[in-house]
Amino acid sequence: MYFYTYDGSFEGLLTVVFEAYERKAWPTAIEPEQLAQPSMFGETVRVVTDEEKANRVWQGLKKRLSVTAQESLYYTYLWEQTGFERLIFDYARLVFDSPESVEGNYTAPFILQVQQIHKQVHREKHRMEAFVRFQKTADGLYYASISPDFNVLPLIVRHFEKRYADQRWAIYDASRRYGVYYDLKHTSFVQLENPGITPKQQGKLSTDQFDENETRYQMLWQVYFDHVNIPERKNPKLHLRHIPKRYWKYLSEKQPRLQ
Amino acid sequence: MNDKIIGKLKILADAAKYDVSCSSSGGKRKNENKGLGNAEGMGICHSYTEDGRCVSLLKILLTNFCIYDCAYCVTRKSNDVQRAAFTVQEVVDLTINFYRRNYIEGLFLSSGIFKNADYTMERLVRVAKKLRQEEKFNGYIHLKTIPGASEELIKEAGLYADRLSVNIELPSEQSLQSLAPEKNYTEILLPMGSIKDQLVQAKEESKLFKATPKFAPAGQSTQLIVGATAESDRQILQLSDQLYKGYSLKRVYYSGYVPVSTDSRLSIITEPPIIRENRIYQADWLMRFYGFDVKEILDEANPNLDLDIDPKLGWALRNRHFFPVEINTADYEMILRVPGIGVKSAKKIVSARRFAPLHFDHLRQMGVVLKRAKYFITCQTKSLQRQDFDSEQLRRRILFGEGSVRSALLTQQLDLFRQVG
Repeated sequence: MYFYTYDGSFEGLLTVVFEAYERKAWPTAIEPEQLAQPSMFGETVRVVTDEEKANRVWQGLKKRLSVTAQESLYYTYLWEQTGFERLIFDYARLVFDSPESVEGNYTAPFILQVQQIHKQVHREKHRMEAFVRFQKTADGLYYASISPDFNVLPLIVRHFEKRYADQRWAIYDASRRYGVYYDLKHTSFVQLENPGITPKQQGKLSTDQFDENETRYQMLWQVYFDHVNIPERKNPKLHLRHIPKRYWKYLSEKQPRLQ
Repeated sequence: MNDKIIGKLKILADAAKYDVSCSSSGGKRKNENKGLGNAEGMGICHSYTEDGRCVSLLKILLTNFCIYDCAYCVTRKSNDVQRAAFTVQEVVDLTINFYRRNYIEGLFLSSGIFKNADYTMERLVRVAKKLRQEEKFNGYIHLKTIPGASEELIKEAGLYADRLSVNIELPSEQSLQSLAPEKNYTEILLPMGSIKDQLVQAKEESKLFKATPKFAPAGQSTQLIVGATAESDRQILQLSDQLYKGYSLKRVYYSGYVPVSTDSRLSIITEPPIIRENRIYQADWLMRFYGFDVKEILDEANPNLDLDIDPKLGWALRNRHFFPVEINTADYEMILRVPGIGVKSAKKIVSARRFAPLHFDHLRQMGVVLKRAKYFITCQTKSLQRQDFDSEQLRRRILFGEGSVRSALLTQQLDLFRQVG
């Protein structure tokens, strides 16, 4: 029995794949260092992230997988649910051990699962692109706070960079305690401790930090939202299917009326 | 607080909401000038109203003053409603500020007709032009084309807008004559034809010259009102079919008529025909994505869609000789025709069966919904059904469940009826 630990990074996980092949010692479990319990039985292998080894594994996967499948593996990492390390390992091993492409073989349980995870993470990514609501601060920063089900912040950066090239913006993941900040030239990942941009408690802005027109536009948006609705067609079930309640916290149109 | 804008927004959003087009996809407009916005990808629904419709664009009228008196329209001249008009700058400010906060994908601008068609169209174009040229706005713009507007204005509109649309509204010339006497089909189809020609021309030229200006890259669409007049579903879908083929429309939208008028020229309805509208959309999808011909969906003997079951199931029940379909060998096109199997499931099936013969368990794990499909497929010649049913029996089993237990489908339907009723 071999228990692998790694530093929690994607590169670290790829290094685990490398080490396991090197030793021909297949993991019973793979866990991040800080979570791993010492085991009485079996051997614990503490893997140190090695960029070169990680890169060799990734290049190997790239050669054998389509872009979509590569993306699926990375999405599985961002999925963060119990067992994701093992899933990525099993997938990679199947890819390396099969003489032909295994992609689209949905009869193999973990290929199907990775595909389903891809769908889940993609949906959350898309929801964040849709439901993020920026609030303009007095110093001209457009700021939003999110707490997505999966770690999708790295996936939505490109979308917002392209869209808001001419305004400073920041999105903060309150549950994972990190954010991303665009300063008109570059986008960088930031921690809350960073004194540069975010003095916000829990990532939330208070109204005295608002730009003078912020409340007005939030109100106009609420007015618009109420008036595009057709009451004769009310359909609460459909409404909830599209915006489940857990997303309402982001949406200014779902907050108490300002008017 | 500027109450004037709030008041206008209320009136002019209210007046625009019966236009159901909400798409914001297909724009291909990239943010290359370090400006604001990007409309190259797929559309995004930023919110959903309580009636379950997507909110993707700021959808407003420039004004609801109108010289026409179309019976079905809330903005008709004779209707006693408050009137308002935005200035060009007000629309620009709202669009930009909503967009910067990630409320919307862009602007959907329509208008009542004041003075004349050209005068109105010219103002719509001016809003789009200002957004593109002064604000460097690359978000999505959908402009309504006013029937009767000059070709030059339509051409200019196409330079700034991602999508243009002309609403036909009434599915037959006869209805149009009785309900909208100031309009006629020729006047509506003329701009549609001209937009189509421009689209073709721009496409041809872009093959030759890379720098050809884009013309309405997301194409054109239209809307038909369902239930205000007596047309059958067959008439409506035949018209859509002609529009898709003859005018290469991207979308035909259907709007279940919401009674906004007690005009004696209209059919008397008290509730919007939501289920009928839904069935028509399903049939529209069958024509566009499932390879169905309109003649297969409806014919003289069946001029209207069955409200209780979806049109694909309806077709399958009338065409039992095509079934059962063997999942492991049938063509993709035939798998797509199995009731309950959609594009995604069909693709997964075709992909997975290259690796191993598929069983029903595989299908279940892949998320293929078997509720309806199981009566129409076999896996390695095995069926989940031991008995043969005739179409009527099948219909009832699917609608009312196999035993005494009510099927989820029925509860779902009842639920819909309850919401409507």
